[in-house]
Amino acid sequence: MAEETITLEVTRYRPREDREPRAQAFTVPYRKDWVVLDALNHIKDRVDGTLTYRWSCRMGVCGSCGMMVNGVPKLTCAAFLRDYLPGPIRVEPLAYFPVIRDLVVDIEDFMGKLRRVMPWIIRRTEQPLTAGEYRQTPAQLEAYKQFSMCINCMLCYAACPVYGLSPLFIGPAAIALGYRYNLDSRDEGYHLRQPILAEAVGVWQCTFVGECSAVCPKGVDPAAAIQRSKVAGAKDWFLSILLPRGGRS
Amino acid sequence: MSAPPAPRPGLYYPKMPATWWLRRPAYLRFMLREVSSVFIAIFLAVLMVQVYRAGQGPEAYAAFLERLASPGWIAFHAVALGFALYHSVTWLKLTAVVQVVRLGEHQVPPRLVAAGAFAFWGILSLAILFAVLLRS
Ligand code: SF4
Ligand code: FES
Repeated sequence: MAEETITLEVTRYRPREDREPRAQAFTVPYRKDWVVLDALNHIKDRVDGTLTYRWSCRMGVCGSCGMMVNGVPKLTCAAFLRDYLPGPIRVEPLAYFPVIRDLVVDIEDFMGKLRRVMPWIIRRTEQPLTAGEYRQTPAQLEAYKQFSMCINCMLCYAACPVYGLSPLFIGPAAIALGYRYNLDSRDEGYHLRQPILAEAVGVWQCTFVGECSAVCPKGVDPAAAIQRSKVAGAKDWFLSILLPRGGRS
Repeated sequence: MSAPPAPRPGLYYPKMPATWWLRRPAYLRFMLREVSSVFIAIFLAVLMVQVYRAGQGPEAYAAFLERLASPGWIAFHAVALGFALYHSVTWLKLTAVVQVVRLGEHQVPPRLVAAGAFAFWGILSLAILFAVLLRS
């Protein structure tokens, strides 16, 4: 019996040689338990060793294998070939990001934005080590846990037309992460972080398309984080008018 | 805020086509939601004129109503009603995501919040419909 196959149309781009990316078709064996990443690995091992893409964990944890699969941002290690029968399957680099080579995009912009929202616990005064750890109740953990599940896969950016139209937008994952620390009972950095989330390129750029949350593989719901940050920002603004000395420390 | 980073040589910078909102059904639904506000704004403007005319006496009001009975205006109001319903449905759904409702220590799932909002909307609409029918 002839082996079952499926075709992948993979975007190729050679820096400094190509003016534009182009699609190259590869026909690979079809296996029910193969994901798109397995098919790419097959191509790289057996057909064309120059095919370039990122991956690491192969289990939806590292967040490095994000690509556009049939136009939708996906973790390719979690996108089964069987869900795209009979093919062909279009595999492209994450949308809106500059392409370095083939399926590899430049993530510098995102890394910079992540740093800007200060995604770490800020304390006015650190407790001495002898005082032990900062403790939380289950309810305090619950308050931010969902937003802490982000694996920085950037699928939400590739789903966000606002990011595509105005690349300065801080974007879904970075805002969700900033919001996550604002919600953390151990954190005292709200007054430093919130102004960054609330600036012109922050939450107010968002028009609530909502696709970031739809594509997020970890159920983070960055769209909710953004809208709730808007509410917090609006509250701060009203308070600053009512109580010019600042209602919130 | 810093300027956009200078393009780096060798990288390919994708362009956003003007038709980006046709690329995915979710984008199209979003655009429809945005466009719905235009129709709702026109509807509200007409409503304001209607109130103004009512203040000018019965004749002015009757003349205005006659104008509204033209096929063009009826068609407009049918479309506006469709958009208003669509806008309300999406708005209530999104509000449920934004507004965290807590019961004790736990957050009420947004789906339940949305269901509550829809029920409230339905009851309110029925009450208004009932009041209008009773009066006429
Ligand atoms: S919020 Fe979700 S989609 Fe966005 S980077 Fe984090 S895990 Fe990925
Ligand atoms: S390879 Fe790590 S998330 Fe897919």
